[in-house]
Amino acid sequence: MANPTIVASRLTKKYGEVTVVNALDLRLQAGEVFGLLGPNGAGKTTTILMLLGLIEPTSGSIEVLGLDPARNPLEVKSRVGYLPDAVGFYDSMTGRENLKFTARLNQLPKTEGDQRIVELLEEVGLTEAADRPTGTYSRGMLQRLGIADALIKRPAILILDEPTTSIDPEGVAEMLALIRNLAEDRQVTVLLSSHLLHQVQAVCDRVAIFVKGTVVAQGAPHELAAKNKGPEHVEVHTTADQAKVRAALTGKSFVQSVQPARVPNVYMIQVNRGSTNQLIASLVQAGLELSGVRRASDDLDEVYRGYFHREEAPVG
Amino acid sequence: MADSAVIAPPGDRYRLGHGWKVVARKEFADHLLSARFYVLILILGVAAAGAVFAASGGIRSVAPSAVGVPALFLKLFTVTAEPVPFPLVVFIGFLAPLLGIMFGFDAISGERSQGTLPRLLAQPIHRDEVILGKFVAGLAVVGLMLLALVIFVSGIGIFRLGLIPTPTEIGRLAVWLVVAVIYVGFWQALATLASVSVPRAATSALIAIGIWLVLSLFGGFIFRAAANLVAPADDQGALLQAEVTLSRISPLTLFSESSTLLLDPTERTVDLVTFDQINRAIVSDLTLTQSLLVVWPQIVGMIALTAALFAIAYVLFMRQEVRA
Repeated sequence: MANPTIVASRLTKKYGEVTVVNALDLRLQAGEVFGLLGPNGAGKTTTILMLLGLIEPTSGSIEVLGLDPARNPLEVKSRVGYLPDAVGFYDSMTGRENLKFTARLNQLPKTEGDQRIVELLEEVGLTEAADRPTGTYSRGMLQRLGIADALIKRPAILILDEPTTSIDPEGVAEMLALIRNLAEDRQVTVLLSSHLLHQVQAVCDRVAIFVKGTVVAQGAPHELAAKNKGPEHVEVHTTADQAKVRAALTGKSFVQSVQPARVPNVYMIQVNRGSTNQLIASLVQAGLELSGVRRASDDLDEVYRGYFHREEAPVG
Repeated sequence: MADSAVIAPPGDRYRLGHGWKVVARKEFADHLLSARFYVLILILGVAAAGAVFAASGGIRSVAPSAVGVPALFLKLFTVTAEPVPFPLVVFIGFLAPLLGIMFGFDAISGERSQGTLPRLLAQPIHRDEVILGKFVAGLAVVGLMLLALVIFVSGIGIFRLGLIPTPTEIGRLAVWLVVAVIYVGFWQALATLASVSVPRAATSALIAIGIWLVLSLFGGFIFRAAANLVAPADDQGALLQAEVTLSRISPLTLFSESSTLLLDPTERTVDLVTFDQINRAIVSDLTLTQSLLVVWPQIVGMIALTAALFAIAYVLFMRQEVRA
């Protein structure tokens, strides 16, 4: 990759004996949307704070726009927009005043800053609420104001920590569209972290799945899904009772497990990868009335879950 | 974002030493609009009005014999009469810690609890500028309040007594005002340190107020007990001297000694004097420079204490995690 904007190599952070981030390698380039995916406590926020120079790494190196954030914090922070997890604003100030404060901290000339704030408020849909104290904002509005706040400085890199939590589904779609737009049209590098895979996988060019400080998989979402060798989860809707379903599948080696779902008349069946057709054939041959068959998940969710199971029960 | 230049060009448009002014400006505006500002103004105003009416009443009643009393105008600040128990200077010495604590206790813990700290520190600004800007803003507000108070009291004095302050008296008041702001700075630095050390603003306020109460209520006992440990018990003079010396660790003592000297030209020393020394002294008033010279160690002591606390707060904050 030519011209990387963020390079981290063997990045490690330890607190005493606990390793929070373990030998992380990242390489991002301009115009790319990169997702750092993993459960809470995986070390995503720690990684982000190290990239911003707000936490010093225990070992390893970071280059952001060719600079070491620990050595040149101001240059890095002046060109990296950051939306923290659960972003907060000064309650008694209005949304516009909060953004003005950020603009001043970034030393934007007053007229340019004010103009930019008007545009950004429009873009995130807060023009109406701009002159209300942020204490009256909903969580989703604060999140959108946070995006505007991160964009004031015209960042070359945008780092978003859990940007979609606590926004309604429509807001999430808008947020993701905005992110895509920034990356494609403006060549902004976007690094976002999330524990909600299905929300962000559509928007990411590449993802890294991050469990307990270690990256367990990295690549484009469809590549990762293709690499998955784990079982397929099939959701079968049938009026037949559990005994009949089990009877129909006894002795079939490709079936791994049969579980009734929480909803009546629905069963979750795990089969070997690529055996969904055989499963359906077996059920039909046994004379079961099928009202629906659906692959429960055929995306990153499954990859993710696969790694989790391995983490929880290290069988292989 | 209709404009085309979406990504800012790299370059050093970042002037150093600018961030703390932005922080200070915001904090200053916040303080002036805050409820605590109005509460403090009210408390100070009532205290000042009470004290100055008592003082001016007292001065009036002795007016015939007051001819030739040096720096009569300053007596407005240093004498009292029934039913007000303290002169104004003592009132301010008592309330100043409250001023400092009120404008410092949530400096950092407030940012933490509002969730604004990570966002603030992700801006192109050094961490020390955050804490410095807040400190300066607090002191500026306090300075403004005390200045208003002094002008208010002087106004009442001029109106009720017809006393016009001489240039020297104005000079003494101005120097005293600066010393009072330094004294408040000590308490503000203490409160800032508390706000860095504990995550909750309420805890930090309690710690700072606790230290203030212990020093002002029990300071006397503590220093007497300590003097008993270091001085020979059969020598009263040495014991007293030890107590006075030890009590100068406390900024309360330093401020009250400075106030006494600065506002009363007839006061010659802050140390213990024997009758012999008084009897043989030639009676004359000190000039402002001489008074200042006497309490210079006290003033430097207060600055040093303030600087030490601020430095500890600063170092702790620099090493702290951004996340709570």
